[in-house]
Amino acid sequence: MAQLDLRGISKSFGDTVVLRDIDLSIADGEFLTLVGPSGCGKSTLIRIIAGLEPQTAGSIAVDGAAIDHLRPHERRVAMVFQSYALYPHMTVFQNLALPLTMARLTMAERLPLLRLLSPRRRRIMAGIGQEVGTVAEQLQIDRLLDRRPAQLSGGQRQRVALGRAMVRHPAVFLMDEPLSNLDAKLRVHMRSELADLHARLRATFVYVTHDQVEAMTMSDRVAMMHGGRIIQLGTPAQLYDRPANLTVAQFIGSPTINLIKGRIDADGAIEIPGGRIGLATGLPPGSEVTVGLRPEAVVPAPLAPAFQDPVRLPARLHRRENLGPEQILHFDLLGGEKAGLICRVMGSESVVADEPVDLLFEASTCHVFDAAGERVALPASLASSPLPARPVAPLAGGSGT
Amino acid sequence: MSTAAMPFRRQLLWQKLTGAGFALPAFLLLLALHVVPLLVLAALSFTDYELGVVTFEWVGLDNYVQAFSDETFRRSLVNTLYYVAIVLPGSVILSLLVAVLVHQRKRTRSFYEIIYFLPVTSTLIAMATVWQFLLHPSLGVINAALRKLGFGEVPFLSDPDLALPTLAMIGIWQLIGFNMILFLAGLSSIPRDLYEASAIDGVGNGVDRFLTITWPLLGPTTLFVIVTTSITAFKVFDTVAVMTKGGPQGATEVILYAIYLEGFYYFRTAYASVLTLVFLTFVVIFSVIQTFVLDRRTHY
Repeated sequence: MAQLDLRGISKSFGDTVVLRDIDLSIADGEFLTLVGPSGCGKSTLIRIIAGLEPQTAGSIAVDGAAIDHLRPHERRVAMVFQSYALYPHMTVFQNLALPLTMARLTMAERLPLLRLLSPRRRRIMAGIGQEVGTVAEQLQIDRLLDRRPAQLSGGQRQRVALGRAMVRHPAVFLMDEPLSNLDAKLRVHMRSELADLHARLRATFVYVTHDQVEAMTMSDRVAMMHGGRIIQLGTPAQLYDRPANLTVAQFIGSPTINLIKGRIDADGAIEIPGGRIGLATGLPPGSEVTVGLRPEAVVPAPLAPAFQDPVRLPARLHRRENLGPEQILHFDLLGGEKAGLICRVMGSESVVADEPVDLLFEASTCHVFDAAGERVALPASLASSPLPARPVAPLAGGSGT
Repeated sequence: MSTAAMPFRRQLLWQKLTGAGFALPAFLLLLALHVVPLLVLAALSFTDYELGVVTFEWVGLDNYVQAFSDETFRRSLVNTLYYVAIVLPGSVILSLLVAVLVHQRKRTRSFYEIIYFLPVTSTLIAMATVWQFLLHPSLGVINAALRKLGFGEVPFLSDPDLALPTLAMIGIWQLIGFNMILFLAGLSSIPRDLYEASAIDGVGNGVDRFLTITWPLLGPTTLFVIVTTSITAFKVFDTVAVMTKGGPQGATEVILYAIYLEGFYYFRTAYASVLTLVFLTFVVIFSVIQTFVLDRRTHY
């Protein structure tokens, strides 16, 4: 078990800077997810931790001891690749056993023919066989041990890749988009299996994904990366409820957060097309701001939400997506320029298309971002009421990007 | 038969005829250039036909009996196999080594590729002449170097024990580039992920990496290289014709050269046909190995 500390990690390929001064401490047994759009540097960072890529600057330590000088297999890390990277010419058993044979047998004992001379080898291989069997049983692939990767389904290959990581009992599991090659249904299933696995192994997990749903559902903490930096680090709830900037706000959550352009008026309130939000931002009058509203924070008036003093925006239903228990309602705002707003509500037959309705939300549920896209801290007097509990959890099924 | 079926059947027939029509030119060419000559060859092997003679007699298996009791032919067959036995492992192992080394280069890779591939692009007849000069006992650069180093002169092409191995070295030199390209293609098709996964799994040094990943995954490529190299080496002719003409003392007599001599030097066309059929049999064996073994091994 291990605590992982990254200090000032930077990486450049020639003139291209991929990572800029990353500081990150991952606690022993934590499930930390690096999430971000493609090209944000998340995969490079995990490869640097694995030792597959040298960092340009900075240092990595496991339990306080630097591992920068160690080769990949000396780092007590295991990695699951997006492609699984199973050895196609080996059986499942051989794939699982390879990390152990490499560690425990001498070179001569691994060579063809020569290895037959060693009685020690037979003893060690018997032990390895037992350990492989245990892991295979845990992952329910014990019946597949004689097969080759080409004869396995995607989900089975995924398990073999996990098993190969598990046999070594590494201190840190590194996972580089391990679920992205699976179909949607299997992905949902493997998500909960991975979470269970983490709970059982109590090892440190560093998980890379571009799928915010994976990040939100499995992680203890999420580090959102963008442009080679960590732009927000926190629990999934923190990232969802208090996004540090527009990039995080837009990346986390599905459907995407509603963004409305606004301007601070003479009274200090926010003027938006078709309405006015009575929030004191502390920004000077005339400042441009962006107001973010989660789809579940906006409720059509016919559903009669119990809001105190809500903001009202006239709108017309444009499209309805029925997801079964909940509905995604796409509205066109009627005030001012053409803009849309997405609501997420539980069953709402009462909202009829083509009939103007008012959309209601409370000022306290607004996220306000300044012209640079950074979150504006709202003065305590106005934002003192605790953030309302989310009416609906982030969508469990779909991919968020 | 219903009336509606008629036009349909006619249409089907028309389609088949059209298809056959398109295939016909290629089929005729195949027939004229490969099948008919082969049949003529087989027929000639049972006659006493000589090039330029108007008449011939059927002689049954006489030519075959003569061929298999002929010391010269037996020697040329043994020499050819000896040549293959040197060139095959030499060029396959060396080209694999070169390919693995060149594959790791980044900036200089294309430089090495060109260097090693140059012999393939050159005409072997012309290169054989150059080699003859290089190996010349008194005028050649190689012997001059050996003299300087104190080894004395080595009669590469006039010593019966050295002549065939010397030709084999030239054969290896010529084949390495081509095999290297094949191995490089094979190496490029090995996913980088596998090397990274193996690095994490403890495959630490180059030898382990080669034995665990590279060599097994190059299996299909290697088999292909072995088969093509065998056929190429079996066809050795240019260097013999230019440099040794089968000598010294028949030490470099090889099958194709024997066929050439019988057919176009002594004009014993019928006898040359027998030798050609034997030669073809070997090529077919190599090809069959390729088709069956290779296809099976390619699928993991």
